[in-house]
Amino acid sequence: MADVTLQNLVKTFDTVEAVRGIDLRIPNNEFVVLVGPSGCGKSTVLRMIAGLEDITSGDIRIGDLRVNDVPPKDRNIAMVFQNYALYPHMTVEQNMSFGLRLRKVAKSEIRGKVQRAADILGIAELLGRRPRELSGGQRQRVAMGRAIVRDPQVFLFDEPLSNLDAKLRGQMRIEIQRLHQQLRTTTIYVTHDQVEAMTLADRVVVMNAGRIEQAGTPDEVYHQPRTRFVAGFMGSPAMNFLNCQVTEENGHTVARLADGPALPLPAEQAARVRSYAGRTLVAGLRPENIREAASHDGGNSGGVPHDISIDIVEPLGRETIVYFRLGDSTLCARVGTEVHPRAGERTSLVFHPDRLHLIDPETDLVL
Amino acid sequence: MLPPLLRRKPAVAVLMCVPLFGLILGLVAYPFFHALFLATLNKAETAFVGLDNFSFLFGRQTFWMVVRQSLLFALVAVVFKALIGLAAAHAINTIPTKGQRKWRGMMLIPWVIPPALSTLGWWWLFEPTYSAINWGLTKLAVPAVPWLSDTFWARFSIILVNVWVGAPFFLIMYLAALKSIPGELYEAAEMDGAGPWQKFFYITLPMIRNIIAITTLFSIIVTLANFDIVRVLTQGGPLNTTHLFATYAFRVGIESGDIPLGAAVSLFMFPMLAILAFIILRNVRRRAASLA
Amino acid sequence: MTAVPVTGATSLRANRRWALIAAYACLGIFVVFFLFPPYYMLVTSLKTNAEIAELASNPWIVTDGVTFSHYEHLLTESSFPRFFLNTTIVTVVVVAITMVISVLAAYSLARLRFWGSGVLATGVFLTYLVPDTLLFIPLFKIVGWLGLLDTYWSLILVYPTLTVPFCTWIMIGYFGSIPRELDEAALIDGANHLQMLLKVFIPVALPGLIAATIFAFTVAWANFLYPLAYIYSESEMVLTVGTVTTLIKGDVFHWGGLMAGALLAAAPPVILYAFLMDYYIAGLTSGATKG
Ligand SMILES: Nc1ncnc2c1ncn2[C@@H]1O[C@H](COP(=O)(O)OP(=O)(O)OP(=O)(O)O)[C@@H](O)[C@H]1O
Ligand SMILES: [Mg+2]
Repeated sequence: MADVTLQNLVKTFDTVEAVRGIDLRIPNNEFVVLVGPSGCGKSTVLRMIAGLEDITSGDIRIGDLRVNDVPPKDRNIAMVFQNYALYPHMTVEQNMSFGLRLRKVAKSEIRGKVQRAADILGIAELLGRRPRELSGGQRQRVAMGRAIVRDPQVFLFDEPLSNLDAKLRGQMRIEIQRLHQQLRTTTIYVTHDQVEAMTLADRVVVMNAGRIEQAGTPDEVYHQPRTRFVAGFMGSPAMNFLNCQVTEENGHTVARLADGPALPLPAEQAARVRSYAGRTLVAGLRPENIREAASHDGGNSGGVPHDISIDIVEPLGRETIVYFRLGDSTLCARVGTEVHPRAGERTSLVFHPDRLHLIDPETDLVL
Repeated sequence: MLPPLLRRKPAVAVLMCVPLFGLILGLVAYPFFHALFLATLNKAETAFVGLDNFSFLFGRQTFWMVVRQSLLFALVAVVFKALIGLAAAHAINTIPTKGQRKWRGMMLIPWVIPPALSTLGWWWLFEPTYSAINWGLTKLAVPAVPWLSDTFWARFSIILVNVWVGAPFFLIMYLAALKSIPGELYEAAEMDGAGPWQKFFYITLPMIRNIIAITTLFSIIVTLANFDIVRVLTQGGPLNTTHLFATYAFRVGIESGDIPLGAAVSLFMFPMLAILAFIILRNVRRRAASLA
Repeated sequence: MTAVPVTGATSLRANRRWALIAAYACLGIFVVFFLFPPYYMLVTSLKTNAEIAELASNPWIVTDGVTFSHYEHLLTESSFPRFFLNTTIVTVVVVAITMVISVLAAYSLARLRFWGSGVLATGVFLTYLVPDTLLFIPLFKIVGWLGLLDTYWSLILVYPTLTVPFCTWIMIGYFGSIPRELDEAALIDGANHLQMLLKVFIPVALPGLIAATIFAFTVAWANFLYPLAYIYSESEMVLTVGTVTTLIKGDVFHWGGLMAGALLAAAPPVILYAFLMDYYIAGLTSGATKG
C-alpha cells in the first residue's frame, strides 16, 4: 500500500493538451474519484499513473518511488478497464492468475490467492468458465478479481461500471465499496457518474479541461463548490444559474434575483459579498432549494415565496421536478409528491436562500 | 535522456519487421530493378543494348498478338467469373441458411485444387480423339468441337477453364458481401413495395458495389498474370495464338534462353498491374478511412 | 377489404417459392459445372487402360470394373512418392518461415508503430499484388547465383515472396481488431513483447493464424511456374511439375495414371479445405476487404 503523488502533471498529444498541470496527493488507503465531463483528461491521468501513457512533464510518485520511467508491470498497480479487457481465450482462473504466472509465483501460492479473491467476489464457481460464458456483471467481477489477486499498491478503475445496466451498476457500486472497506487499498477511480462519485469517494476530484477544479470530500464538493463549473457539474438536475444583484434593503443584505424575489443572505455570506453591492453577480440555487409553499418541513427557515407559472412537470415518483420561467431563464425546482402541480398552472414556490451560491461572473469563482 | 519505455519500443518494432523488410527488398524490389536492367542486355547478357529488346518486340507480330490475347482473355474471363460468381452467391443466399454451407462447400472445390492439376483434367476432357465432352455433344447430335486445335476454340477453352477456376473466388467474396447487408433493409424495401428485381438493383447492388469493384480489380491482376492454364492446355498454340504475357515470357526467356527478352516481355505487365494496384490501394484506403 | 391482403400474402408466398426453385435450379447447374471435371478425372483414374482407350462406351462411367492399378503403379513404380515428399518438405518449411516472418511483422505493424511503418504496411499490400509471373526471370538469375537452381531449396527461397505479404496483411487485420485494452491489461500484468505475442495475440487471433497458415500451405503446394522454371531433375521435383512433366508420356494410355496423379497431388489441399473451410473463407474475405 502506498500513497500516490502527482506533481504538475502535463500530457500533450501532438497538438491536444489533454492534461495541463495536475497536482494531487492521494494518501494511503484513500478512495479518490476523478469526475469531469467527457474529454477533460480523466482517463489520461489514470493511464499516466498506470504507465500506459508517457508523461510529457511533471512527476508521478507511488510511495517514495518516482515512477515516470518505470514500466507498468513494475509499478505494482492493477487496473480495471471499462470493457473489462479479459483475455478471451483463458478461463476465469487463468485470467486472474496471468499476472502472477508471468511473475513466476509458485503454483500453490497462485491457487490460494485466486481462491481468496474468488471468494471475496463470489465467483468461486465460475473459475472454469471463459469470459464469453459470463454475464456483464460476472465479467466485471472477474476483472476486479484479476486486480485483487495481484495485491497491488494501487487500484486504478476507468469507468468500470459504465457498461452495466442501472440495477447492476447499483449492486456493483456497493460491492466496490465493500471491497475497499475490506482491502483498504489506495484507489483511483474514474467516472462521469456523479452518484458513483458521491457514494464511493473519500475525496472527489472534479476535473475540467485538463485541470483540477476542486478536490474535496463529496460533501464539500456538493455544498461548497469553489467554482461555477463545479457548482454546475455536481448535482442532478443541475444547479440553477441566474443573474442577481446584491443590495442593502431594510438593513439586510439581499440578493435580488433578476425578475424574481429578493433573498436575504445569511450574515456570514453577507459580510463576504457586501463589497460586490451594485454589481451583477450570478446566483446559483439548487433545485432542492426551491420548494412548494406548503412544504412539510416548514417553509419557515427564511424562505421567500414567489409566484410563478409552471412550464413543464416531470413526476419521478420519489419527487417531482418542476420547470418554470423567471424572466429569461428557465429554472428547475424539486417539490414533494404530496403536491400535484400541473403545467400552465400558477403557483407559489419558496426560494430558500441559505444555500445560495453567489458567483463572480468575471472569475467564475464562488464568493 | 529518453525513458527506457520510449527507447525500447521502436527498436523492438523495427527488429520484428527486419525479416519482412529483407524479403521485400531482396526478393521483390531488387529483382524488379534487376529485371529492368536485364531487359536492356543482349541475349548473351554481354552487352548493353538499351531499348533494343523492346523495339524488337514492338516489331513482332507475335508480340502484339500476345498483348491482344492477354487483354481479351483477362476481360472476358473476369466478366464471366463475376457474373457466375454473383449469380451463384445470390442463389446460395436465397436458399435456407441450413443448406448454404453444403452448397458453398461444393462450389469452392475448383478453387482449391492446384490449377495446374485441374487443368490436366480439362486437357483430358478436350483430348481430340477421346474428348468426353465431344462424346456428349455427339449424343446430342452436335458436331464435335476442335477444342484445342482451332484458334477460336482454343481461346474459348482457356477462358472456360479460367472461369471455372476463378468463379468460386467471386462467389466467396460476393456471398460475404451479401451477408453483410442488414436484413431490415430488405424488409423496409418490401414495405415500400419493392419487388425482387427492385430490391436487387436498389439495395443489393449499391451495398456490395465496393466489394464488386475490389474483387474485380484483384481478379483482373490475377487473370492477366495467369500462367498455369495456358501452359498446360495449349502451351501457347496453335501457332502462338493463345500465349499470354507470362507463357510467352517463359517460352522466350526460359525455354529459348533469351533471358533479357523474356524479362522485357514480363515487364510489359507492369504498367497495367501498377495502374490496377493504384486503384485498389485508393479503394482500400478509402474503406479503411471510412471504417476508422 | 379482407380479400386484398389474402391474395397479397399468397402471391408473396408463391413469389418466394419460385425464387427458391429458381435458386436451387441455378445451384444445380453450377454444381454440375464446377464438379464434372474432378468427377471425370476420378472416373478415368479408376478405369483400366483398355476401357480408356475404347471409344464406343460411355466415358462418364466405369463399365469395365474399377481398378486401382494406376494408383498402385504411381505409388510403387514412379517418382510420385519422391514428388510428394519434396512438396511436403517445401510446403512445411515455407509455411513455417512465412508464419514467423508475417506474425512478427504484423504484430509490429499493427501495434508498435515506428517511423515508416505506414509505408511498410502499404508496401506489404503492394507486394501482395505482385504476381509470380512478373519476377520469375530475374529471380531465376538470383536463384542461379545462389547455386540453388535445380534444387527444391530454390522454391523455399522464393515462395515466401508469394505467401508472406498476404499473410502479413491479414494478420495485421486480425491483430488490429484486438481491443487495445487487452494489451494494456497484459502490460500491467507484466507481459513483455514476446509474452504478449505468444500468450495474448496469437491465441486471440488464432482463427486468423489458421487462415494464414492454410493460405500459405495452399500457395506453396499449388505453385507451378517456379518449379517449372527452376527445377529439371526428377529427384528434386514437386508434385505440380512432376505430375505435368513426367507422367505425360508419349503413348496414349498414360491418362489413367495422369489423372490418378493429379487427384492424389490435389488431395492434401482439398482435404485440408474440407475440414477448415470456414477459416479459409474468413481469411480470404477479410484479407481483401479489411484494411
Ligand atoms: N491517444 C490520443 N491521441 C490524441 N488525443 C488524445 C488521445 N487520448 C486522448 N486524447 C485527447 O485527450 C483529451 C482527454 O482525453 P481523456 O480520454 O483523458 O478524456 P476522459 O476525461 O477520459 O473522457 P471520457 O469521459 O470521454 O472517457 C481528449 O480531448 C482526447 O481527445
Ligand atoms: Mg475516459
